[in-house]
Amino acid sequence: MRYAETGFNLEIDLSRGSVDRVATDLRSTELHLGGLGTNTRMLWDRVPPETEPFSPNNLLIFSTGLLGGTPAPGANRTMVTTYSPQTLFMGYSMMGGFWAPELKYAGYDKVILRGKSPDLVYLWINNDKVEIRDASHLRGKGAVETQELIKKELNEPNAQVAAIGLAGENKVYMASIEQGRSSASRLGIGAVMGDKGVKAIAVRGTTDVNVARPAEYIELCNEVLQYIKYRNENPVPNVMTILQGLGSPQEMLHVDEKWHTENFMWGNSRVRRKDFWNKEIEERWKSVQLNVRKRLISCYNCPMKCGAIISVPGYSTYMMKCFSKLTYTMAAFVDDLDFGFKIAQRATEYGVDGFSTPQVMAFAVELKEAGILTDKDFEGCPSDNEGRFYWLLDRIVRREGIGDVLADGTHWAAQKIGKGAEEFAHNNIKKHEQLPLKLGMLNPVYYLMYATGEKANITQIEGQFPQTPFATMEERQQFISDWIQVPDEKFKQIVLDWEFRGEHSNPYYPTVDMSVDIVDWQEMMHYVDDALGVCAGLSSFPLKPPYHIHNYPKLISAATGMDMDEEGLKKVYRRNRSLLRAVNVRRGLRRADEVPPEDHWKKRFPELEAKLLDAYYEFKGWDNDGIPKKKTLEELDLGDVAEDLVQRGIIKNGQN
Amino acid sequence: MAKTKKKVKTITIDLDKCNGCRACEMICSTFHATPKYSSNNPARSRIRMIRDPMRDVYVPVYAGEYTGAECMGRDKYVIDGKEYDECGFCRASCPSRDVFKEPDSKLPLKCDMCEDDPPQEKPLCVQWCINDALIYEEKEEEVDEEEVKMEDVEIGLTSMIDKYGLEKVMDTVSRMSASKKG
Repeated sequence: MRYAETGFNLEIDLSRGSVDRVATDLRSTELHLGGLGTNTRMLWDRVPPETEPFSPNNLLIFSTGLLGGTPAPGANRTMVTTYSPQTLFMGYSMMGGFWAPELKYAGYDKVILRGKSPDLVYLWINNDKVEIRDASHLRGKGAVETQELIKKELNEPNAQVAAIGLAGENKVYMASIEQGRSSASRLGIGAVMGDKGVKAIAVRGTTDVNVARPAEYIELCNEVLQYIKYRNENPVPNVMTILQGLGSPQEMLHVDEKWHTENFMWGNSRVRRKDFWNKEIEERWKSVQLNVRKRLISCYNCPMKCGAIISVPGYSTYMMKCFSKLTYTMAAFVDDLDFGFKIAQRATEYGVDGFSTPQVMAFAVELKEAGILTDKDFEGCPSDNEGRFYWLLDRIVRREGIGDVLADGTHWAAQKIGKGAEEFAHNNIKKHEQLPLKLGMLNPVYYLMYATGEKANITQIEGQFPQTPFATMEERQQFISDWIQVPDEKFKQIVLDWEFRGEHSNPYYPTVDMSVDIVDWQEMMHYVDDALGVCAGLSSFPLKPPYHIHNYPKLISAATGMDMDEEGLKKVYRRNRSLLRAVNVRRGLRRADEVPPEDHWKKRFPELEAKLLDAYYEFKGWDNDGIPKKKTLEELDLGDVAEDLVQRGIIKNGQN
Repeated sequence: MAKTKKKVKTITIDLDKCNGCRACEMICSTFHATPKYSSNNPARSRIRMIRDPMRDVYVPVYAGEYTGAECMGRDKYVIDGKEYDECGFCRASCPSRDVFKEPDSKLPLKCDMCEDDPPQEKPLCVQWCINDALIYEEKEEEVDEEEVKMEDVEIGLTSMIDKYGLEKVMDTVSRMSASKKG
């Protein structure tokens, strides 16, 4: 018997209409754990690098994590992996909610889609009964609406459904996959689902998930739960409110948006409104939010409340989390939060990424103001800020007129439009839209995370090292006094020595070597979380989380029965990290692509930045172009990967 | 009739505090697994979230008595303008719905307040609900006499007898016991 995982994947060939239940190799679990780790291996093994994202040969993998569906709090993530139409690299987006545990209870670790269905279908996975069902009646339906319709037609209120909206059907590059309060939004994976002709995947499972050493495991899980309780009662002092607690930023709970509205950029990530927040706005926004928010809600087996049920009178109910209440509002230059909740309702039904989509629309507005897009492109568009955004959103998800160009995201749209439009797609990394944040002084740790992150999305990289120094030595001492999560005591000294000004301040402190160390720690926790299916909100993302490098090996051992210690887990991380890099290197990723937006920081230091990248690559055992060295891959039991890169001439002269 | 003191165990369910995470289902199913904590499966849980997020309906319900037949009529509750499902508050393991039954055997399940040796301080669902939607209380009440409690096996047999008749169940048990001995 396999523990924690089921040991079976569901392979679905949509071209042939075949469904197979396939036993997995335990060796792969030992090497990569599961989730993102085994997804990466599968993409490397089975999808050649020349495969187009919209090719039937591209895989779309929905995966649980190794601990998903076990009693570990917050082990509920679904890792969706494919080649991204937007970046052309490996796209991996993830979602919380209830879908992955349900899949485990149905008896599967992954659902692997290949081929293309000739007609729109949905999948119904009910324990060992799996059907490919007609979805022609769901064409054009909203992503939330579809979930409800499918549950009704199956008469299964307990089924969990992941669905795309119109955007996914029309292969919009910002298309998301929506599921309850969660969504896998980034990198256009909803477009790949639409391309495969799959409207939704419904799952219901009623079988057991087993663990190897029950008494030990439940005790470890209970310790995690108790620590969450402790942290909820003891916010981290001396940092901003949204950084004090666990979970994703508590945007559904908090109503004070002074910080975001005055520090994040409005429009196409350019304009800062330092005096935006005032008494009148504060009262209006608070009343709007409390009025539409019906309940704060969580994902499966997690005590946090990062999401909310949102019901705007006259609009159908949907669920929201994190930052999307502000992204549309600020990108559109609308001063009323009411607009944010209303347009997000439509956007959620369409199934689009709440980060990229508003920026694409703001980009279009700027192009129009600059005379690069014309009145003809905007024929029929209302002139007010709100109306214009609704109009653009409708055009984009239908790929009508200018919307067809914009549907490919700012990078590809700018290439198509030409006439200097490229200058306006200024907030991208690896062709992907970023948070609308513009800062003063370069932070070396953030520089590295922005530049090198394989996902090209800062929140999937950053984490539990403070974002800024503490003002006084007293505050620093207090912060490190109960910092049990550090992999090494040396990180405490960095916090003690880090200053706002002088020798020990950004950009030269933390030093190059320290920055590389810090980034490696942050990355390690993300890669482990994504392999185990544990939410970053309880681990890699917030300060002082309940999961860390010291308790994870024990949890993995007790759950699976595999021998795992800290060194072993670190090696799995390094293996998964370099393998993901190898997948992308094989698709052309090089040092030249590792560039944060030019205007992200006002003060840039090209020489220091080069040194940071040099040191980062060296630390990872990669060459100076960001390509993993043959020796490194061999040490990580990835000799076959090294051999492939040698054969392709990517690793030159048999060595690099 | 003689009066005796009886310990009454109560769980107060505060619907407003529920975040819908279903940790209660998870921990219940793993506590009742054999061996204890060796597996989990919310479908085996003796507490279930009656849940419809689109209508903001979140009701944790505990498995109560097994019943052989469904009700003659149904009730709908409207509270603060919100409509709750028929059977939305009902604890019965009943033929009309799929909750509170073992998924394999379909035998009924019933909450036992996590009887354990040594005893748990509180039922596990309460311990794992750190949002305090489930609050445990014990109080003493005077009752006429000690109720006779049905064992799990007895509950199961009762439902089998209802379904197949006493004779058939007895025949099957004797045949099985004979073949085991043989």
